[in-house]
Amino acid sequence: MNTKQLFQTLVAPFLGILLFLAIWQIGAPKIVTSLGAVPGPVQVFEQFTGLIDEHQAARQKEVEFYQRQEERNATALAEDPNAEVSIRPYTGKATFFDQIVTSIVTVMTGFVLAGFIAIPLGIVAGLSQTVYAALNPLIQLFKPVSPLAWLPIVTMIVSAVYVSDDPTFDKSFINSALTVLLCCLWPTIINTTVGVANISKDLQNVSKVLRLSWWTHVRKIVLPSAIPMIFTGLRLSLGIAWMVLIAAEMLAQNPGLGKFVWDEFQNGSSNSLGRIMVAVIVIGLIGFALDRGMLLLQRQVSWDKSAALR
Amino acid sequence: MTTKHTDHLLISQVSIDFPTPQGPFRALDKVDLRIEKGEFVSIIGHSGCGKSTVLNIVAGLYQATEGGVILDGREVNEPGPERAVVFQNHSLLPWLTAYENVELAVKQVFKGKKSKAEMREWIEHNLTLVHMDHAMHKRPDEISGGMKQRVGIARALAMQPQVLLLDEPFGALDALTRAHLQDSMMEIQATLGNTVIMITHDVDEAVLLSDRIVMMSNGPAASVGDIVQVNLPRPRNRVAMAESVEYMRCRKAVLSFLYERHGRKTVSVSVEDEEVQPARDNIVTLKPSTAKAA
Ligand SMILES: Nc1ncnc2c1ncn2[C@@H]1O[C@H](COP(=O)(O)OP(=O)(O)O)[C@@H](O)[C@H]1O
Ligand SMILES: [Mg+2]
Repeated sequence: MNTKQLFQTLVAPFLGILLFLAIWQIGAPKIVTSLGAVPGPVQVFEQFTGLIDEHQAARQKEVEFYQRQEERNATALAEDPNAEVSIRPYTGKATFFDQIVTSIVTVMTGFVLAGFIAIPLGIVAGLSQTVYAALNPLIQLFKPVSPLAWLPIVTMIVSAVYVSDDPTFDKSFINSALTVLLCCLWPTIINTTVGVANISKDLQNVSKVLRLSWWTHVRKIVLPSAIPMIFTGLRLSLGIAWMVLIAAEMLAQNPGLGKFVWDEFQNGSSNSLGRIMVAVIVIGLIGFALDRGMLLLQRQVSWDKSAALR
Repeated sequence: MTTKHTDHLLISQVSIDFPTPQGPFRALDKVDLRIEKGEFVSIIGHSGCGKSTVLNIVAGLYQATEGGVILDGREVNEPGPERAVVFQNHSLLPWLTAYENVELAVKQVFKGKKSKAEMREWIEHNLTLVHMDHAMHKRPDEISGGMKQRVGIARALAMQPQVLLLDEPFGALDALTRAHLQDSMMEIQATLGNTVIMITHDVDEAVLLSDRIVMMSNGPAASVGDIVQVNLPRPRNRVAMAESVEYMRCRKAVLSFLYERHGRKTVSVSVEDEEVQPARDNIVTLKPSTAKAA
C-alpha cells in the first residue's frame, strides 16, 4: 500500500470522524433546549455507559426474580409435596438492548418473508411478459406509497384476523413485521424482474437448444445471472426497511428502538437528548452492519467472487 | 467422399420477414438447400446478408415466414439438441466449469439412457476430443477464447446431434488458434461424420473444411447465390492444399462471387492473404469511402 492509499483508506476517514466530533463537541453546548444544553459526544458516551449499567441491573433483577420464585416453590414443596407451584415470567421494562434485539428480529422477519414473496414473483414477472404486464400497474401504484400509510390498515386487519387466546407472536410484532414486509417487496420485485428480463440472449438460446425444463432453466441459468440484481434489490429493501421500522415503532408505539426514542422524547429528563443520540448512532451502525451482512451473503452465493461489490 | 442421395436436411423455399417499425423486413427470400448426411457445408456471404438467420431457422430458434426445414423427414419447428448450435461467442454458462457446461447438456440429452459413470466418461471423452481434458475443471473466465470455443464445440458434440450448426465459430480468434481449431474440427468430422453447417467469413476456412460452399447474395431478401463444390481429397492438409489447383479454383470462385458479382469491386482477387472483410452492414448504399474500386 502506498502512502496515498494509506491516507485514503485509513487517515482520511479517521480525520473526517474526528472533525465531526470536534464540531459537535464545540457546537452542542451553545444550543440550549428545554431539556438543557444539547449533549456533546462525551456526554452521549456517558449516557451509553449508563444504558449498559441499566441493562445489567435489569438482568440482575430478572435473575433474582426467578431465584426468589424457585426458592419459594422449593419451600412450598418441602412442606407439602402436592403443593401447586408455578413460575411467573419476568415482566420488567425492556431495556435499550432489549429494544435493539426486538428491532433486529422484527426487521429480519419482515425482510426474509418479503424475500420469499418478492424473488419468486420477480422471477416469474421477468420470464413472462404477461405476468409482468399484470403486475406492473400494481407495483407502480404501491411503490411510491410510504409504508407508514399502510400501518393503520395493517393494524386494523391484524387485529381483525389474528385472533387467538394464546398468541405465539405479539400483535405489535406482527404489525411492524408486516409493515416492513410491505416496503421490502417493491425494490426486490423490480430489481429481480429487471435482472431476469436481461439475461443474455445467447444463454437463453442455449437453454432452448437444450430444451431445459422450466425449473432447470430457472435454477441453472436465470438465478445465477440474476443474482447481482436480486441482491441490489434486497439491499435497497433492507435499507428502506430499517428506516421504516424505526418510524413505524415510533408511530405505533410498537416495541423496538423507535419506541425507545419516542419514550425518551416523552420522558423529557435531562438525560433524554443524550440517550436519543445514542439510539441514533446505534440505529446508524446497525443499518450499516445489515448492509455489510448482505454484501457478505452476496459474496457467498455469487459465482463471480471477483466482481466489484459495493 | 461417397455421397448417398438422401434428403437428410432440406431447407425448402425459406423466407422470413422481421417486423420493424417501417413494416415487415424480408431478410431471406426463398432460400433453398439440400444437405446430405455427413456433409460439411459452409455458408459465406457479406455481413448482414442473413447467414445467422438461416442457421437460426435450422436450429428452430427463428420461425420461417414461408417455407420450412425438414430433417430426416420431419419438419423442424422448435429448437432441440439434435440440432446443436455452437454460437459465435461460445455462450458458455460463466458460473459453470468446462466440465459442468458439458454435463448440463449431457444430463439433458442422456437422462435415463446413460448411467452416472457412463455420463462422466462421455463428458470427459468429448472434452478430450477437443483437447480440453487438461482444463476440464476451469471456469470460462479462467481459460482463453480459443479454449472457450473448444468447450462450446465439446458441448455441442456431446449432444450427439444429427446436425451440428456453427455460427462463425472461429471468427473471434487469432489466426494461429483458428488454424488449430480448424484442424481439430476436420479431425472430429473425420471420426464422427456429423452433418455440419458452418457460417464463416473466411474464404480459406470455407475451402479447407467444406464439401460445399454456399454463397449467399446480399440482403435484403437474400438468397442462395451460388454453390461451389470442393473436390479436394480428405484428409486435407492446409500447407499442401495451398498449392493445389482445385484449392485455387474454389478460392477464386468464392472471392469473385463476393467481390465482383456483388458490387464491392476490388483491385485484384489474387492478392495473398486477402480476407473477406465483412461489410459494415447490409444497407445497400455504397459510401465513397468503402468503394475501393479503381
Ligand atoms: N431478430 C431480428 N429482428 C429484426 N431484424 C433482424 C433480426 N435478426 C436479423 N435481422 C436482420 O436480418 C438481416 C440478416 O441478419 P443476420 O442473419 O444476423 O446476418 P449475418 O449473420 O449474415 O451477418 C440483417 O439485416 C439484420 O438486421
Ligand atoms: Mg451473423
